[in-house]
Amino acid sequence: MIRFDSVTKEYPDGTVAVGGLDLTAPDGKITVLVGPSGCGKTTSLRMVNRMIEPTGGRILVDDKDTAKMDAAELRRGMGYVIQQAGLFPHRTVADNIATVPRLLGWDRRKSRSRSLELLERVGLPGEYADRYPHQLSGGQQQRVGVARALAADPPVMLMDEPFSAVDPVVREQLQDEFLRLQSDLGKTILFVTHDIDEAVKLGDQVAVLRVGGQIAQVADPATLLGDPHDDFVADFVGRDRGYRGLGFRTAPVLEPSPEPTVRLGAGVDEVRRSGDQWLLVADDDNRPLGWVEPSRITAPLVTEDLHRGGTVAVLGGSSRAVLDAALSAPSRRGVLVDDDGRLVGTVTLAEVAAAIEQAVGRGKR
Amino acid sequence: MDWVLGHLDDIGSYTVQHAWLAGVPLVLGLLIAVPLGWLSRQYNWLYTPLVVGTGLLYTIPSLALFILMPLLLGTTILDPLNVVVAMTIYTLALLVRTVADALRSVPDSVTASATAMGLRPLRRLFTVELPLAVPVISAGMRVAAVSNVSIVSVAALIGVPQLGSLFTDGFQRDFLDPIVSGLVACVVLALLFDLVIVAATRLLTPWLRTGAPTGRAA
Repeated sequence: MIRFDSVTKEYPDGTVAVGGLDLTAPDGKITVLVGPSGCGKTTSLRMVNRMIEPTGGRILVDDKDTAKMDAAELRRGMGYVIQQAGLFPHRTVADNIATVPRLLGWDRRKSRSRSLELLERVGLPGEYADRYPHQLSGGQQQRVGVARALAADPPVMLMDEPFSAVDPVVREQLQDEFLRLQSDLGKTILFVTHDIDEAVKLGDQVAVLRVGGQIAQVADPATLLGDPHDDFVADFVGRDRGYRGLGFRTAPVLEPSPEPTVRLGAGVDEVRRSGDQWLLVADDDNRPLGWVEPSRITAPLVTEDLHRGGTVAVLGGSSRAVLDAALSAPSRRGVLVDDDGRLVGTVTLAEVAAAIEQAVGRGKR
Repeated sequence: MDWVLGHLDDIGSYTVQHAWLAGVPLVLGLLIAVPLGWLSRQYNWLYTPLVVGTGLLYTIPSLALFILMPLLLGTTILDPLNVVVAMTIYTLALLVRTVADALRSVPDSVTASATAMGLRPLRRLFTVELPLAVPVISAGMRVAAVSNVSIVSVAALIGVPQLGSLFTDGFQRDFLDPIVSGLVACVVLALLFDLVIVAATRLLTPWLRTGAPTGRAA
């Protein structure tokens, strides 16, 4: 547990970067600090491992006052990941990962095998162990950065915009893997970002900071989206928050209707038999491939005939995914699949809307 | 040419002496420049006084410095130590800025993550910052090496024997052969120094010789 107890950072010129921060990051959870630039989020993070010394208040890690601990010892017990990964360019990937274990006096062999284990854990092949950081892509470097932070199995992780410098597709991948990793490891994580979407995606608890290092709101993501405390938070959380909030709601009870399907290669007659405007195509395992418009089909079905617009939602997934599936399907029938990706059936937009309304409860007029 | 063949012994011992007088200060200068450069990085306010202060030393005329040395050190005028100390001062003048800038060239993200992992300042200096500063320091060393080889020859004027002695000898006798052979030996020596520094740099920076990024995917 990390506890900020009216922590202040004031610079000699009178600038207050952090003004009396009170916050608790609970064990085994991800606490995200989010806010505009100048809100003191990075300063707050760096005060935890004393790369910046607070000018007032205390920071307690597992009820121990960090100010009374040796700074280097304190840091060895905390994983730290930063934006550019900050890998040592002159050391191989394996040696980079082994930095803290070596500092703690592990022998070479044990450190090496730990490095290899962690490489696998973050999804990189073992042959990367002897490469240098510049031989890796930005996303791969960032994975090594995470592996390095985890090397000595510290209970606490500090992460400073670790996924901001990679392109959006890679970022999403890294975030998903990070969440998977965290569900295995259960670290106490303090995570800094300026990106509210990242904050609500990753955080168990999100602290929105305003300029001057003061907390505007601390809440779980659904509450933050559903009930922003004031105009600043509402503004910062941004548009579409009602829709985005659905991402945190398990889909309401839905009764998917059976949906007839055809296979690729089906002839014109078979495709047109139902007379429906849109027809769903699935593969031999009954996994949906896409929609076709029978009236436009003049030859046996090929992949090029498929309409790619529709998304697919997993039954029991989030309300947002189900709603999106219904909205995006050209037939306006949202495709639902089971956990293996096999077709369960479809739901109409009206059915989804009604179910969501039922779930969130009707407001009184 | 006959003169050269007849004086190979002299040229050889002058060259060795020259190499020693230029080379030892190069190493000593580096050893002193590293802590000074590090201080100027640790304490930002020290950067300008240290770098400018040591840089100014380079403007002292070499002959004046060689003559001043016995007064400062209490040595005799013929003592080679005068030359070694004076050349160390010149090396320092070139290398303090080099080391300070080389350490500053290490990316903040790298020093920050080293600190965050619990490396104390000295360990960080020797295991992270200095290794990464090698290419820049090496460039400065190459300049200092060539400059040293050239300046040392002036010490012939105060009677310390090295390749410069061939210049004064030729000048006094109005005879070109020793001057040309001294010049050639100086150039060869400078090239040799350069080669040693380049080889050492290659040895110390294996990561710079590995291929470009391979994987593009995450």
